[in-house]
Parts: sequence; C-alpha cells; structure tokens
Amino acid sequence: MSALGELRKLSAGKRPQTAAEKAFTKKDNRRDNKAAYLFLLPWLIGLAVITVGPMLASLALSFTKYNLLQAPTFIGFDNFIRMLSDERLHASLGVTFVYVFVSVPLQLAAALALAALLDRGLRGLAIYRSVYYLPSLLGSSVAIAVLWKQVFGGEGLVNQFIAIFGIEGRSWIADPSTALSTLITLNVWTFGAPMVIFLAGLRQIPVMYQEAAQMDGATKWQRFTKITLPLLTPIIFFNLVLQIIHAFQAFTQAFIVSGGTGGPADSTLFYTLYLYNRGFSNFDMGYASAMAWFLLLIIGVFTAINFWASKYWVNYDD
Amino acid sequence: MTDTLTTRSITTEGTNPRSREAKQAERQYRRARGWSPWKSALKHIGLILVGFIMLYPVIWLVVSSLRPTEEIFRNPGLILDSFEVSNYTEGWNTLSEPFGVFLLNSVLIVLGCIVGNLVSCSMAAYAFARLKFSGKRWWFAAMLMTLMLPIHVIIVPQYIMFSQLGFVNTYLPLILPKILATDAFFVFLMVQFIRGIPKELDEAARIDGCGHPRIFGIIILPLMVPALATTAIFTFIWTWNDFFSQLLYLTKPEMYTVPLALRAFMDAQSSTSWGPMFAMSVVSLLPIFLVFLFGQRFLLKGIATTGGK
Repeated sequence: MSALGELRKLSAGKRPQTAAEKAFTKKDNRRDNKAAYLFLLPWLIGLAVITVGPMLASLALSFTKYNLLQAPTFIGFDNFIRMLSDERLHASLGVTFVYVFVSVPLQLAAALALAALLDRGLRGLAIYRSVYYLPSLLGSSVAIAVLWKQVFGGEGLVNQFIAIFGIEGRSWIADPSTALSTLITLNVWTFGAPMVIFLAGLRQIPVMYQEAAQMDGATKWQRFTKITLPLLTPIIFFNLVLQIIHAFQAFTQAFIVSGGTGGPADSTLFYTLYLYNRGFSNFDMGYASAMAWFLLLIIGVFTAINFWASKYWVNYDD
Repeated sequence: MTDTLTTRSITTEGTNPRSREAKQAERQYRRARGWSPWKSALKHIGLILVGFIMLYPVIWLVVSSLRPTEEIFRNPGLILDSFEVSNYTEGWNTLSEPFGVFLLNSVLIVLGCIVGNLVSCSMAAYAFARLKFSGKRWWFAAMLMTLMLPIHVIIVPQYIMFSQLGFVNTYLPLILPKILATDAFFVFLMVQFIRGIPKELDEAARIDGCGHPRIFGIIILPLMVPALATTAIFTFIWTWNDFFSQLLYLTKPEMYTVPLALRAFMDAQSSTSWGPMFAMSVVSLLPIFLVFLFGQRFLLKGIATTGGK
C-alpha cells in the first residue's frame, strides 16, 4: 500500500476489528512506550529540530523583515501584501503552473502508455524497463542540465539534426517562447519512475479478468479502457499527486539552464528559483518565508483538490 | 553467511521468480490469443526506437566528450573518428582544485548520508512497524505528512540555524538531517518491508528472552537487508544529484561537491571549453550509472513496493 493509501486509511478512522483480532489485542495489550520512544528518538529530534521547528519559525519570519544581519522586525502582513503587487512573483507563478500542468500529464501519459505496451512475457522486457528508467535517475543532475543547455542551444544537437533537413533552428533556450518547453521536455523525459510504478500496478491485475473479457469478445482497446484503466486508477492517482508535488518544487534544471536568473525574460523563472533569489541572493528572508508558506498553501490546495476529485474517478476495492 | 542465505531465500520468495517453463507457457498462450510475429516485430521496433531516442542525448554526450570542442557543434552523429582524451585531462584541472577533490567531497557526503539514513530510518521503522505505543497513529500520520512537505518552508530558518551554529561550509547541514531520519520516504519503505517479515520470528525471540534492541538487531535487521540496500542506493543517487542544499551550504571552492563544481565550470566557461565540460559531466554521471547497473533490482523493487497500492 502506498503512503497515500495509508493516509487515506488513517483519516478514514479505525477499521472495525474482528472478534478474533479483539481477543488477540486484549491478550497482547502491553505497550512498549519506553522502547518505542527510544527507537523513535532520532526521528523525533529530527521532526522537532529539522522539520516542525523551522516550519513554525518560517511562519513567524513571514511576518517580519529580516536580512540575516539585523534582528527581524515585525511588519504584519506587509510581505503578503507586497506579494499581491510583485509582478515577477506573478510571472513565476505563471511559469510554474504551465510547467506543472503541462509536463505532469504528458509525463504520466508517456509512463502509462509504455507500461501498457510492456506486456507480461514480452521478450526483452527487463532491458526496455531499464532503458526507460535510466533517464529518471539522471534527470535531476546538473550534468544533464548542462547537456540540455547544449542540446537546445543555438548550435546544439537539435539544430544540427534539423539542419540535415534544411530547417534553420534557433536557440530554443535563448528564446523566451520556447525556453520553458525545453524544461518540460526534460521532465517528460524522466517518465521512467512513474512507469515502473504503473508496471508494478499492472502486474497486480489478475489475468483472469482479461481472459473473461476476451471470451466475451472484447477488443484489446476495450479491455484496456474497461478493465485495466479502472483497476489502475489508484496508482494513477498516486502518481498524479506525487508528481504534481514534485513538479511544483523543480529547481535545479531551471537554475542551470538559465544560469540562475530564470531568463530569458523570466520565461524559466520557477517559483522556487525566484524564492531562492529573494532569500539567498537579496537576503530578503522574511519575504522568502512568506513565499515558502504560499507555496505550501498552493501545494496543499492542489493536493486537497486531488483527494476530493479522486472520489469521482478512483476505484478503491476496499 | 547463514544470514545472507536466509535473506536471499526470503526476498526471492516474495518476488516469485518466473521459471523458463512458465515463460514458455505464457508465450504459447499469447500466440493462441491472436499474437502475430509481424505485429510483435513492429512493436519491438517501436519500443527500441523510443529507447534509442531517449538515450541518444546521453550517448552523444559520452561520444562528444571524446571529440575536439569544435566538433561538438558540428557533429550530431555517434561515430567517433578520433579519440581525444585531452578533454578529460583539461577538465580535471580547469577549476582551482583538481576534479578529484570534488568527487571525494561528494563521496564523503554520500557516505555520511547513507550511514545516517540506514541507522535512524531503520530504528524509526522498527518502532512504527512492530511496537505498540501511545499516539502511534498520530506520529505515523505526521511522518507521512512530512513526505509531502516542500523543503522551502523549512529551508530559510534551517539555514539561519545552521549558519548561526557555524556549520556553513561544513558537511554537517547536509548529513545531520539524515542522521535524524528526516527522509520519511525511507522510514515508510522500511515500515512496509518489516510488516512483511513474519511476526512469529519476533515472538520466538521474545520467548527466548530477547528485548527489543536484540530483536531489532538480531532478527529484523539481517532480514531487512534488501530494504537497507534500496535505501542506500536511493540515498546515493539523490545525494549525488542534490544541488539545492549543497548550493546553500557550500560556498568555498575546496568544499564544492560535483554538482557545484559543474556549475562553477559552466559559469567560468568560454565557448571553447564545452569539450572539457562534457568530459566532467560524463565523470559525474558515471557513479550513478554504475550504481544503477549493479543496484537496479533494489531500485525497481523499492519504487514498486512504496508506489504500489
């Protein structure tokens, strides 16, 4: 069961226990509080010092002006009000939304299509799987971003290829209208990780469902849309939630390809990149904190919408 | 020795290895269901083409790193007619330190993170999977929530905290969070794995008088080697590729890691140094590729078990 499945179960409340289970828990009701908290100690310290503490501190900082050198001064909602009229922030939101809502569906569609093509028993399955999976391990590295900058540059690999057909390319990375697409391409290129998750999900669908449908005369396409797809919806949902959260936080590739500026003309200014520039280049720590909490809010809202919408299209068999 | 043997048998039981006969039978069955060699060949051509296009830029990167720089901007092909090692020697020595220093720095951080994750995450996972304690549901839910938390809401105060402690330009800000099990993904992965280990084993050990530390150390840990391997491999790749936190905490060139060095290279480069830069890019990708090659089994199982329903 995935992390999301666990959360869903936890929020749905405790499952009623069977009589046998009740008898068992009664017999074995000893709690191991001391041992448990000892085992959890590193994690608990981490939760307090590395995660929750800084989270609350960042909430507090978002109401201040702070540049690391002077003590923070309380300014109320000024940071948030400033965000309303910050045009670069709006540009970065636009860039990020386009990136998330174009690249994630494309990436998942590619992952699903290839997972569906890699049938059980296909010759060379393991090799195909490895080849498609490899880019998702390499994709977040600086080296691949360096490569991308060359490949989509003015004299890059792409233009060298289209020159063979007599088409003159341009620098896809220096052109504000195409720069973001090169980063979207990069994210789609890493479809291997969700594909492997889809493959695992496909393997859990009993073969007899397909067989029964085939005996009833269903075509391949009907079997895919009427049996495979509905049974796969929990996994599509899982991938969708995770990849959206992940894509909202994309940073490295835009940073390297644009040299840290989010250019040309702010066309690759991801939200996180702008946040980094405000916080760690301009040392506007209060504003950066406010931006971070706004990002958390955005991600939270989209995740909540996803969970809410899942009631209408995800089939859980429990 | 016996430990590795039992682990092996337990892991293979779970994956249900398909025998040659089973594969044969499956092929025959598929043939009976209207499978045709032409359709199949067409499909394979398509799949190979997709794989080839996907890997093309990476293969081209490797080939180009062995070409003179001018050729990188002229030759989109993969056939190598000269073998230029000079890009590697030049790239290795372009920055203020030889590239080996950056490799070593990255290795140090990676090792620290791996040890930290293995120890702390497995301990937390044991508690969540096996022990009964008050507030367990809440702690577990909290752990799952941190899985989805963007690093940005904690990074500013964390940076302030570490800089006031004087930890900037040390590897502590990068390794300490791992020692404190903040990578919830691995805690979750290990919880899933421990849940699959038969409880009778713990019970037997308990009857023999083992306390929790010994049950954990003697029974559970040796049985969860596959999960530990998955954790080590993912930690390696993610830490090796990590750029954001290294960019924040490491500013002195002699402390740079591989990604930071590549970025410095990129900023310092003139148009003539693409060859050396490609060469160092290849060097930086090589460890990931090797880990992928030898650890694939654990990687695939890792995502499959945590990602599955």
